[in-house]
Amino acid sequence: MQDSFKSSSYQQLEQKSKYTNMFLRWFLYFILILFASYFIFPLYVMVVTSLKTMEEIRQGTLLSWPSGLNLESWAVAWGGRGYGAGDTFLRPYFWNSIKMVVPAVFFSTFIGAMTGYVLTKWRFKGDQWVFLFLLFGCFIPFQAILLPMARTLGVLGISNSVIGLVLVHTVYGIPFTTLFFRNYYISVPTELVKAARIDGAGFFKIFFKILLPISAPIIVVTVIWQFTQIWNDFLFGSTFSFGEAAPIQVALNNMVLSSTSVKEYNVDMASAIIAGIPTLIVYVLAGKYFIRGLTSGAVKG
Amino acid sequence: MKTLKIEELSKNFGSTEVLKKINLEIDEGNFLVLLGPSGCGKSTLLNIIAGLETINEGDVFIDDYNVSKVEPKDRNIAMVFQSYALYPSMNVKENMIFGLKQAKTSKEKIQEQLEKVSKFLQVDQLLERKPSQLSGGQRQRVAIGRALVREPRIFLFDEPLSNLDAKLRVEMRREIKKLHQQLKTTVVYVTHDQTEAMSLGTNIAIMNHGVIQQNDTPEMIYNKPSNTFVADFIGSPSMNLIKGILKENSGGLLFTVSGSNFEIPIKDYDFKDKSKLNNKEVFFGIRPEHIFFKKFNESDFEINLRANLSEYIGHEQIMTFDYANQEVLAKFPSTIKIDLGKETKLYFDLTQASLFDAQTEERI
Repeated sequence: MQDSFKSSSYQQLEQKSKYTNMFLRWFLYFILILFASYFIFPLYVMVVTSLKTMEEIRQGTLLSWPSGLNLESWAVAWGGRGYGAGDTFLRPYFWNSIKMVVPAVFFSTFIGAMTGYVLTKWRFKGDQWVFLFLLFGCFIPFQAILLPMARTLGVLGISNSVIGLVLVHTVYGIPFTTLFFRNYYISVPTELVKAARIDGAGFFKIFFKILLPISAPIIVVTVIWQFTQIWNDFLFGSTFSFGEAAPIQVALNNMVLSSTSVKEYNVDMASAIIAGIPTLIVYVLAGKYFIRGLTSGAVKG
Repeated sequence: MKTLKIEELSKNFGSTEVLKKINLEIDEGNFLVLLGPSGCGKSTLLNIIAGLETINEGDVFIDDYNVSKVEPKDRNIAMVFQSYALYPSMNVKENMIFGLKQAKTSKEKIQEQLEKVSKFLQVDQLLERKPSQLSGGQRQRVAIGRALVREPRIFLFDEPLSNLDAKLRVEMRREIKKLHQQLKTTVVYVTHDQTEAMSLGTNIAIMNHGVIQQNDTPEMIYNKPSNTFVADFIGSPSMNLIKGILKENSGGLLFTVSGSNFEIPIKDYDFKDKSKLNNKEVFFGIRPEHIFFKKFNESDFEINLRANLSEYIGHEQIMTFDYANQEVLAKFPSTIKIDLGKETKLYFDLTQASLFDAQTEERI
């Protein structure tokens, strides 16, 4: 009697917990979908607006579907309308940005890897101080160094040029890249360096042959970080360059805020998306190689 | 000619003295173990021999040639590390020949060495694998292989077995011993494990606080420890050190402990200095394995002690006895039954006893 009562009550409890779990699961999905749409919504508006004609934008609502795949505003944003003065379009500035970002990312990553290597594997007297001062560079607000930097670029004769921007971004990237590489290399056993020294490898050989080949995860992290920072930078770009030498973010600003003509929302949206695409590509491509623990073979027993 | 000679070597990191006036010599083909607790400077000494650390004072000679300022790669040494330090991005083959390639060895010679060593260490099936795909024992073999291909004058081992699990450690220990028997290369081996040191070394240098406490054969280290540190460090459980006084009487020398009626006769003991022994404060050292429950030799000294504690560990038991408020440990087969809290008849093997000055803690 008691046994049957027990088993039926267990069945009831089981049923109840099943319903509770189901409810919680659906509630979870609901919340997740809500937040996901909250984030996807602006992108949706940008994409559909860029595909509409100005006529459609004026008549329809923000959310309405475009009448067709109208890529004209994209063409205008990228290549302009073809008439002379006052026609701002992104193509030349896009290449400016590429010319700026590729060397700046390369040099800052490379130098950061080198300093990280020295600070962990070739310790010297006062190395902690050097690292501390480098860290300082991570926390200095960039506005504080605009004037001295402008003066430096002027003295070097590379103000208002892509090269100048490469220098600025490389210099201000080094504290971050050094921090990344130092923290990575500190977990690589120093015995690897000792073994290589006994094997007869020198400073550079150890760096290129032993450490760099196992640095893929941290290189990816650094490249993503540096690329995003430099590509999206507006402050340095607008301060140290203007006119033809400006990077894409400055050009985008000039395009959107030019008060001379009617606001072309479709072109603005297309431009904004174009300016954001490269960082997206870097995330998609590099994310694949974001593999950790390549050194595990050397450390674990 | 000494394969390795270290003279008056001192090393400090800032204000901390790590090594103090170290003198050491190794003959060709010997296996020297540097043994000591962590922080005693043994790894620093090895790194200095390798040339990975600089010297503050003193010199290092390899084959009578002063190498104090010579680069690691030119010292004709090879080193095996605790973490193996295999280059993670290279496969086994590349790991093993990296050093030879740096030394610009000819391709034929590299190939010949690689084949010889990889066959010898049974890693010839693994040549294309990455270190991460190897087991602990295999990594260890490859690390040894990388050292072997260079045919060095001296092998340096830095705690090579401490990353392995207990079973594999015993296996690899035997392999290293076999390796040394076959190759007869000079070896310097750092460890904190006394079993490893005893079983591998032809010589053991016991270090503490940057000073070599005793440099001797394993037998001498075990039987005639030169001070209380060595006596205490070697053996498990370590040697009993009973504090008492030496007394001279008509019959000869006696060891007495205040509060105890027993007077242990010191006969045929090989004193370094026979003078001023009367009333000297000493430690009487006897190992737990030299205390018996039965009289084996005529010279065994009979004594009654109370058993306080029994630790059963399978093949044997460790009993703790009270000797005038000093603890005395003894090791017996676990088949012997000894009652706790009762006086038990024990026999000290006096031929195995050691005496240390209570002040200087040196052997007398």
